[in-house]
Amino acid sequence: MEKKLYESSYADLELVLKDEGASVEARKKAVKAAHVVTLTITYLFLVFMGIIMIFPFYWMLLTSVKSGAEIKQLAPTFWPTMGFRFDNYATAVSRLNFPILIRNTLIVGVISTLGTVVTTIMAAFAFARLEFKGKSFIFAALMATMMIPGEMMVISNYASVSLMGMTNGEPVGAFTAMIIPFMVSIFYIYLLRQNFKQIPNELYLAAKVDGKSDWQFLWKVMVPLAMPTITTILILKLMGTWNAYVWPNLIATGHTELYLITNGLRESFNATENYDEYGAQMAATVIVTVPLLLVFIFARKYIMRGVSRAGIKG
Amino acid sequence: MESKNNWKAWLYLAPVLILLAVFTFYPIFNTFFISFMKNYNYITGSNQGFTLKNYTDILVPGEGYIWGVDDGSMFYRVINTGLLNTVLLTFVTVPLSIIISLAIAIALNSIKPLKKLFQTIFFMPYVTNAIAIGMVFAIIFDTQYGIMNFIFGSAGHPWIAPNMWTGETVNYWSAFFAICFYIVWHSLPYKILIFLGGLQNIDQQYYDAAKIDGASRFKTTMRVTVPLLSPQILYITITSFIGAFKEYNSVIGLFGSKGGAFDGTTGPTSMQTMVYFVYDMIAKNKVQLASSAAVLLFVIILIFTGIQAKVSKKRVHY
Repeated sequence: MEKKLYESSYADLELVLKDEGASVEARKKAVKAAHVVTLTITYLFLVFMGIIMIFPFYWMLLTSVKSGAEIKQLAPTFWPTMGFRFDNYATAVSRLNFPILIRNTLIVGVISTLGTVVTTIMAAFAFARLEFKGKSFIFAALMATMMIPGEMMVISNYASVSLMGMTNGEPVGAFTAMIIPFMVSIFYIYLLRQNFKQIPNELYLAAKVDGKSDWQFLWKVMVPLAMPTITTILILKLMGTWNAYVWPNLIATGHTELYLITNGLRESFNATENYDEYGAQMAATVIVTVPLLLVFIFARKYIMRGVSRAGIKG
Repeated sequence: MESKNNWKAWLYLAPVLILLAVFTFYPIFNTFFISFMKNYNYITGSNQGFTLKNYTDILVPGEGYIWGVDDGSMFYRVINTGLLNTVLLTFVTVPLSIIISLAIAIALNSIKPLKKLFQTIFFMPYVTNAIAIGMVFAIIFDTQYGIMNFIFGSAGHPWIAPNMWTGETVNYWSAFFAICFYIVWHSLPYKILIFLGGLQNIDQQYYDAAKIDGASRFKTTMRVTVPLLSPQILYITITSFIGAFKEYNSVIGLFGSKGGAFDGTTGPTSMQTMVYFVYDMIAKNKVQLASSAAVLLFVIILIFTGIQAKVSKKRVHY
């Protein structure tokens, strides 16, 4: 397609150029040279931006295996010239109280993810397949809440869970407070509704003829068909818990044994200017970041599709 | 479909609606009420009547207030620091990140070899933990041994923390540069992905037409690509404005949970944002002030979103 177009425009050019008495070959060469130059500039730009994007990751990995003495060199080294210091990782793990942090994050992450998926599937089904009064109004109202800054809710919710004694360090209460308010996501409902809507209505009618109830149809037909989108939701939600900072921090303030992974990371390394500790600090950030990158590498398709779908109107 | 589905539909919606009613709709109204309460106590839920003081405290400067001088008042913290930082960060990072991500997306869309690799690299910052990577940036911008000072040849320049040898304090604009760099870096992947999706949907025939007309590459980009991408640009602009107004994690990540400490002669004494103030007030047991600041932020976001939606009606090509 592209080539054809070039050829045809060259053919036109030839006529014009012949009139002007210019060399067709020279003109062709100039066009080609311009193309090569643009392509080179494009790649240089992408490589430059790519280096900026990847540099913090490299620096994190590099610093995590440097000794304090090497970090304190005036000219930073781009490779650990004083040897790899893997004991930074041992320091980081012991400082972080890693088993407890992982346990808490998994408890909160798994339960809130499963809860979110169930509520999302049910609501998306109602919006995609069922007819009821006020459907479009409720859907629009839910969409509108996505615009409201979460801080509006955080304040009152914090007051509520405090009133219920969930912020005084009792684990069951604290985890409940971290899980329940986040068992619903309007964005995921929107995402899954779009997917459910693409499933042909004939399947629904066929299921009806077979005497299947809505409930059976939803779980036996719709859910398996929409599994890719549901997988996307599972992954994004789990990653969200892994990255959660604000709300767990409020609930667990003063009770380090209730911290989630990100709170543990921030609070374990809050002192600045202690260069001997920077290696261990970066080792800790590597420990927190690597699982995310692994998930990204193996589930790239699901993550990018889920994220990019947000930008498409529908 | 048949009306008998009616009550069943509500059953399917019940879990979501109940959760939203308790944790979203009720809190919005409740926060609004709390913002008018006098000495609200969140532990007992009691208050001593209603007042406008929570709003006047943050909105009205004290007698003889000098702009930019920290007199310990709530006005200094909310308007002169929080709102000022938030607005500055928003108006610098949002346009900058949109332009850069658009350029990257267009560049990515015009190449074939290595496209997948670049796409993966450019998406990596999206899947990172804001706090963790903020700590990495703190080391990159470190005063004594940071790589930034090495690159710029500005040994010992205090980007985000004072120089512990010379005692040189942090210049506000250095810290501002550092946090903008971090925010833009962190916000690029999502925008690139959305723009790339939009670019792939543009019909090739527009480009063929431009080529036949002899339009230059730059002209084609400005006259064909950007207008046809306007729905995505609008979507990204609105969501990034809302996101930027809620900047918080990046401050915590880069400056630690104190929001930094700058010399105050070149700008505010910290990089605290509106949302930072809200959480700080919750932690300091002044929930009513947190509420009034949150309501103020909500109103500002609402106005901005409204203006953008209005302006875009004329500018967006569908």
